[in-house]
Amino acid sequence: MIKTLLRHIGQYRTAAILTPIFIMLEVVMDVLIPYVTSWLIDDGINARHLPNVYRYGGLMLLMAFVSLAMGILGGRFVAKASTGFAANLRKAMYRNIQRFAFSDIDKYSTSGLVTRMTTDVTNLQNAFQMILRTSIRAPFSLIFSIVMCFVISPRMSLIFVTATVILAVILTVIIKRVSATFTRVFKQYDVLNSAVQENVSAIRVVKAFVREDYENQKFELAARGLYNLYVKAERLMAVNHPVMNMVVYGCIIAISWFGAQFVVDGQLTTGQITSLFTYVMSILMSLMMLSMIFVQITMSAASGKRVVEVINEVPDIVNPEQPDAEIPDGRIDFNHVSFAYKGGSGEYALHDIDLHIQSGETIGVIGGTGSGKSSLINLISRLYDTTRGSVAVGGKDVRTLDLTTLRNCVSVVLQKNVLFSGSILDNLRWGNPDATLQQCQQACRIACADEFIQQMPDGYNTHIEQGGTNVSGGQRQRLCIARALLKQPLVLILDDSTSACDNATDARIREALRRDVPAMTRIIIAQRISSLKDCDRILVLDGGRVNGWGTHENLLKNNKIYQEICAIQDEDGGDFDEPNGRKEDAR
Amino acid sequence: MRAPSFNPNRPIGGRNQSAGEPTGNRRDILLRLMRIVMKNYKFSFLVVALCIVITSVTTLASTLFTRTLIDDYIVPLTQAAMPDYGPLADVLMKLALILLLGVVCSYLHSVLMINVTQGTMLRLRTDMFRHMQSLPISYFDSHSHGEVMSTYTNDVDTLRQMINQSLPQALNSLITITITLISMVALSVPLTLVSIVMAVVMAFTTTWLGKRSRRHFKQQQQRLADVNGFIEEMMTGQKVVKVFCHEEQAIKQFETINEQLRQSTYEANRIANIVMPVNGNLGHLSYVLIGVVGATLILSGQVELSLGTLVAFLTLNNSFARPIANVSQQINSVLNASVGAERVFRILDQQPEADSGHVTLVNAMEAPDGTLVPMPLRTGLWAWRVPDQPRPRFVKVDGGVQLNMVDFGYTPDKQVLFDIMINAMPDQKIAFVGGTGAGKTTITNLINRFYDIQDGTITIDGINVTSISKPHLRRSLGMVLQETHLFTGSVLDNIRYGRLDATDQDCIEAAKLVNADGFIRRLSDGYRTILSGDGGNLSQGERQLLAIARAAVADPPILILDEATSSIDTHTERLVQQGMDSLMKGRTTFVIAHRLSTVRNADCIIVLERGRIIESGTHDQLLALHGKYYQLYTGHDL
Repeated sequence: MIKTLLRHIGQYRTAAILTPIFIMLEVVMDVLIPYVTSWLIDDGINARHLPNVYRYGGLMLLMAFVSLAMGILGGRFVAKASTGFAANLRKAMYRNIQRFAFSDIDKYSTSGLVTRMTTDVTNLQNAFQMILRTSIRAPFSLIFSIVMCFVISPRMSLIFVTATVILAVILTVIIKRVSATFTRVFKQYDVLNSAVQENVSAIRVVKAFVREDYENQKFELAARGLYNLYVKAERLMAVNHPVMNMVVYGCIIAISWFGAQFVVDGQLTTGQITSLFTYVMSILMSLMMLSMIFVQITMSAASGKRVVEVINEVPDIVNPEQPDAEIPDGRIDFNHVSFAYKGGSGEYALHDIDLHIQSGETIGVIGGTGSGKSSLINLISRLYDTTRGSVAVGGKDVRTLDLTTLRNCVSVVLQKNVLFSGSILDNLRWGNPDATLQQCQQACRIACADEFIQQMPDGYNTHIEQGGTNVSGGQRQRLCIARALLKQPLVLILDDSTSACDNATDARIREALRRDVPAMTRIIIAQRISSLKDCDRILVLDGGRVNGWGTHENLLKNNKIYQEICAIQDEDGGDFDEPNGRKEDAR
Repeated sequence: MRAPSFNPNRPIGGRNQSAGEPTGNRRDILLRLMRIVMKNYKFSFLVVALCIVITSVTTLASTLFTRTLIDDYIVPLTQAAMPDYGPLADVLMKLALILLLGVVCSYLHSVLMINVTQGTMLRLRTDMFRHMQSLPISYFDSHSHGEVMSTYTNDVDTLRQMINQSLPQALNSLITITITLISMVALSVPLTLVSIVMAVVMAFTTTWLGKRSRRHFKQQQQRLADVNGFIEEMMTGQKVVKVFCHEEQAIKQFETINEQLRQSTYEANRIANIVMPVNGNLGHLSYVLIGVVGATLILSGQVELSLGTLVAFLTLNNSFARPIANVSQQINSVLNASVGAERVFRILDQQPEADSGHVTLVNAMEAPDGTLVPMPLRTGLWAWRVPDQPRPRFVKVDGGVQLNMVDFGYTPDKQVLFDIMINAMPDQKIAFVGGTGAGKTTITNLINRFYDIQDGTITIDGINVTSISKPHLRRSLGMVLQETHLFTGSVLDNIRYGRLDATDQDCIEAAKLVNADGFIRRLSDGYRTILSGDGGNLSQGERQLLAIARAAVADPPILILDEATSSIDTHTERLVQQGMDSLMKGRTTFVIAHRLSTVRNADCIIVLERGRIIESGTHDQLLALHGKYYQLYTGHDL
């Protein structure tokens, strides 16, 4: 863990190394200044010698100035090193998250990742700053003091050795227990975070049902849980300070007792006893400093583990070593594919699927909830890897293809789709960062989005709120389709992407696709028969298995499930939603 | 749920704090924070102060003990022919007791401060959450989730170090400074003046540097919130990022704000880190100044000052400067805390939803004479309790809703609804149709007073909604929102969300009523299945069924339905449809309709365009009009 963390000091290594050096120089000055002070008193004031007072005063000021300069530089570099370290950690986590496969994303919660990248990193930053600032000072004076004790009286030093051993044992015990508690503290932070997140995003439900008090109670439970754990951890740590005091005070008494006898025996002078006391105090001071570091380290160890976990997470899917970046056409082959979600119940979501789709074909997919429709299409652009069998695009196994090339050639409009805060144009250019306004408009025309965008006050520059909450469901879907089209893919996959559009719009989108991008292989998942019946072939999925595979007419004749769906939908009539995109007014 | 956007020019990240501008300057914020801490922990603080005094004394005792040990015990022992260690043992025992007292006090101090610190943080978090629940919907529409989350964690966390360490440190320093200052004045007034001048200089530099770095600390917390908001948004859409191979851009964007955060953290800490060396060395300067001034005074013989006094004064001056330097060492955490507290207070100071309503909803029973009598238990019959003088009046809840000449705009300068007139009779079903932005959702948001109207009136059973207490008003209205939100907890808990005192049986009945029972029983643990992550393990249709069951268990007289447009498989869709239908039976229902069948069956269809009602009537009436509705229904232009 520490190795991984240290690696991310990166370009701030110089600052991290310089800090202790400057601080050391500052410490040297701090140690020397008292000597000059004593000269000032002895040779200046006590000697009634004004020039000496000026001389030593001047020297002292000079040293103070050097100490100041060192202090400021040290402070600057420590700030640079620790904040840079934190920035690097956030960057490393974020970068690795971007490499995550879908299965890795499923593993972490949003709120957990947020805590890791903020609270946990801030802890590490503070700990790092603390360590850099005191790592020289404390051990330096500790070792110096102990060595001096040995020089004065090896026998008396046994007291210190005993004390140190006792201290070490107690501290180890405390560390062990505290660090276990802190691990739980940060887990509880995730709970707190998700409590707030859940409440804020569902606030309309909360208010509609007047559940504010209930939510308060729920939150208080999470907050109190954090309180209890934190208090427990801190109380354990609080033991460490008095224990240290006790041991040091024990030393003082032991020194007094044995020291007195040694002096009487003539083995020690009174002056030496005075020095021993001075060193005990300085040992106490440095131990205090060390204990503060120790507290910070223990606290941040839990954070460190959580951060490193993200940084070192090996994505389930990585680019092949010698990626093939050539995809000739939009042919898709499923060769006896079976698939189970990792970390799931272990049940197969897909069983032995063997399908072969020609380039340029339009394929419809229909089936009930949990029949494996989304799982199936997620395999095409290698969002998940198959458990058995293989998927090939353009005749090549997806596992040999360059991921970026593959995903640019296979454009998926996900079922749970998201727009991001920014302008409409910004969102569209996710598909192609270099797309001109004309290209964006062209894509929007195909997706029947141009018409409502034109109606908006700022047109293509209209601001989209987080999650696209300020456009309707149907509009969001159309924008998502346009965004996917801008990639100019070989394969376009629409996973229930027009469900919120009315039948007429849906039909116009399909018509536009047929007219403007005929060569594109299209896979359309839908619940409405009307969306699918013109497809070249339709796949009926049931329980992760192929139940039917053929044209509309064929299935209508031979497939029971398909017949049932058709029967229900005929009697039910269509939707009555945002009719005629052209007519609707945007505001 | 759709959040109507009313200000497209709002900066990204929802950073407009128009309502809750900075709560004051740093001193006010810290004072306010102190008041909060003190209010609840006065006694703890008293004990802590006492502990600090005792600890300082015991520390002093151990320092002074050296001389006593040598002068009064060891030296006599060496001179004695027959050394008697008895007195030494006695004094060591005494010392041990004093030191033990010190240890106990220091432990007590730590434990108490932990309670104070964590207790204050807990209180602030819960107060903040409690207050947040009372804020109007517009607050949530205009703040990013990540930023709000950040306040509960990052901002509250800034207080930890300050309360736990800086406060006792300040107290400690205050005690030391006071004692020292008194001794200094006793020794020499002119020299004390020099000391004080230097102390003022220290205080001034600290304040000056503090002011400079505070700006950066403030920026740091804001950028931390931005990072938080950005991560929250991107992580939520991470799968889309993958699908679009947008990783590089996402990283680039992140690195920009990450670098900004680093910059302001660096600047803030850099300046704060200057404070300690500056003050430490100003202490040295003060030492030299006093040495020189004192020596000059002595040598010139103008002022009576002994050498011994000067030396003693110099020592005192050191112990005067040290606590000041110590306090300034805490400047970092104090500044950070003042910024964090400011952001906490900003939430606490947000104006809560106004609620001047005095009419309440009560359970009632019809007395033999036909009057209504309030009942303490659920009767199935609801009444409005109007607190008229001299005695309250009870009005039966029938669910008739009237909107009379209602005007509304999310912002004063942009009206979105004009002269809305609707008269919904009890048990009627009113369907809203119209394009996006026509104002369908907005109208429903006005009935339950998520937003308040600018002109006109809305009445329920003849009572103006503004005079109905908001919780009671909302309890009378059931809502099924277009986007379903479920909560972490069991299926049963989620249904019970509609009415907390519902028994398990009530919940199951409700689920049966709306067709949700079937799929729930097929879940691994049935009604006890735990849902997490907004019910991520359920399909869209199942989630909707739960939301409908939730409204059903609430059993409200009036219902607002926003039909979901998300795709459900045909079988589930039928279940949802039937569920909705059975829920609507016997209630006044407003429905934002997407399904043809829903619209056709409505008692009154209201066609909205650009915030105005352009047509209304039954399906057949409207078709006969050959107007907008006809156009929408047939999908053809005229």
